[in-house]
Amino acid sequence: MNIPIYLDNNATTPMDPRVLEAMLPYFNEKFGNAASRNHAFGWVAEEAVDYAREQVAKLIGASEKEIIFTSGATESDNLAIKGVFEMYKDKGNHIITAVTEHKAVLDACKHVEKLGGKVTYLAVKEDGLVDLAELEAAMTPETILVSIMYGNNEIGVIQPVKEISAIAHKHGALFMTDATQAVGKIPVDVNADGIDLLALSAHKIYGPKGVGALYVRRKGPRVKVTAQMDGGGHERGMRSGTLNVPGIVGLGKACELCGLEMESEAKRLSALRDKLQSALTVLEESYVNGNVEHRLPHVANISFKYVEGEGLMMAMKDLAVSSGSACTSASLEPSYVLKSLGLSDDLAHSSIRFGLGRFTTEEEVDYAVEVTKNAVNHLRELSPLWEMFKEGIDLNSIEWAEH
Amino acid sequence: MAYSDKVIDHYTNPRNVGTLDKSSHKVGTGLVGAPECGDVMRLQIQVDDNNVITDAKFKTFGCGSAIASSSLATEWLKGKSIDDAMKIDNMDIVEELALPPVKIHCSVLAEDAIKAAINDFRVKNGLAPIESEKVHH
Repeated sequence: MNIPIYLDNNATTPMDPRVLEAMLPYFNEKFGNAASRNHAFGWVAEEAVDYAREQVAKLIGASEKEIIFTSGATESDNLAIKGVFEMYKDKGNHIITAVTEHKAVLDACKHVEKLGGKVTYLAVKEDGLVDLAELEAAMTPETILVSIMYGNNEIGVIQPVKEISAIAHKHGALFMTDATQAVGKIPVDVNADGIDLLALSAHKIYGPKGVGALYVRRKGPRVKVTAQMDGGGHERGMRSGTLNVPGIVGLGKACELCGLEMESEAKRLSALRDKLQSALTVLEESYVNGNVEHRLPHVANISFKYVEGEGLMMAMKDLAVSSGSACTSASLEPSYVLKSLGLSDDLAHSSIRFGLGRFTTEEEVDYAVEVTKNAVNHLRELSPLWEMFKEGIDLNSIEWAEH
Repeated sequence: MAYSDKVIDHYTNPRNVGTLDKSSHKVGTGLVGAPECGDVMRLQIQVDDNNVITDAKFKTFGCGSAIASSSLATEWLKGKSIDDAMKIDNMDIVEELALPPVKIHCSVLAEDAIKAAINDFRVKNGLAPIESEKVHH
């Protein structure tokens, strides 16, 4: 067992050696530009890109013509939201999203607002799920796009995508989903789920950083987005720029492997995650954040009340995890995702996200449990809040000096 | 962000963790910060008849730098007169622990906790609290 143990697979994943192997020839031997139509170097590169396009399409039940390669999910989110707004603004100027979305979606929506668009940011229920009745109520004749993520990056909650897309379509709007955390982890099917645009990224699924894709539906309806990058008209004119051939080959291979191994991997990971979660929630005053029924198989977000997340992570230095406490940021604001579940700031500050992955072993999980338990107990010994709780003092009755 | 060796030392082996009898008139208690902000420090001093601090204890809810700042503060307080203790400046803590700019608020909180503990002791013993005019760095 190698220390430190990596349990932050929602942030990024290590590349699978099989992916690296597939990519290597495309750095030097097969270095051609996929847009070079007149010689073998170009043909070889183009063939590799086409194959990768099929691999990506297959994983999400799409056709290869519907895959636009990008630099990652952030670019895909931007292209989808800004591109749909520009393309369809004569039809309507309203977009609906949710407060728990990734910043790439939220900030792209902010940009749309600056361009004169209207955006509704739906609140979520306490378990992190979108309220379908609220979505329905927010739809207007002006609504052109509903953008709701598939699985949440902080708490792993899976949204009722089928129901959401049905509501969007009923009102004549397109449905876009940031599926960065879900693709390759759980079955995602653009047709069964009614998805018109979908963003995904390679580095969350054991592929390389700097490459991703946007799925853009071609039939029923044919969706168009206005390019956000002008140039040579690559990717059916939607995303100019010389294709990142080795990266795209890596993304394709990563998708293929996920397709083959996802089902057994999801079972293995959810069993390990459940083991970790039940061992840690034995600790007093520990709470799992977000809906546990509709959740990605590899994620557990747990708040340990009366200890502060960053201090806790320091005591867990053998583990690489992340916290909803944002003590290092200038704002000192805890996670907006956790706050939107209605969690008090102190519980948000006390949260740790465990993200298991393809290379996580049971031995590592057992070790993580021990390290975490010891750290929580150690910090509670140091915590005045824990002492007050144990003495039965209501912390809300104290007038805290805000600083 | 990497922590300095001194922060890690105080964090791993915190000095003077514990609780003094807050009802004693020889004990001053300072409780500063707020759970919503992710930092709460409780610092206590035991003062003898010559106004010298004979013991100091802390408990802190917060990040590593907050814990280290309060641990260091208790070390510095022991053996000091309450007048000298009042002169401890947050920038002394920043320097000793090599705190980065984003962690300066931890040292500010420790200084506030010291002053709050001293004032609690003063008020308990019929003395006026000392108002701090200081503007923090």
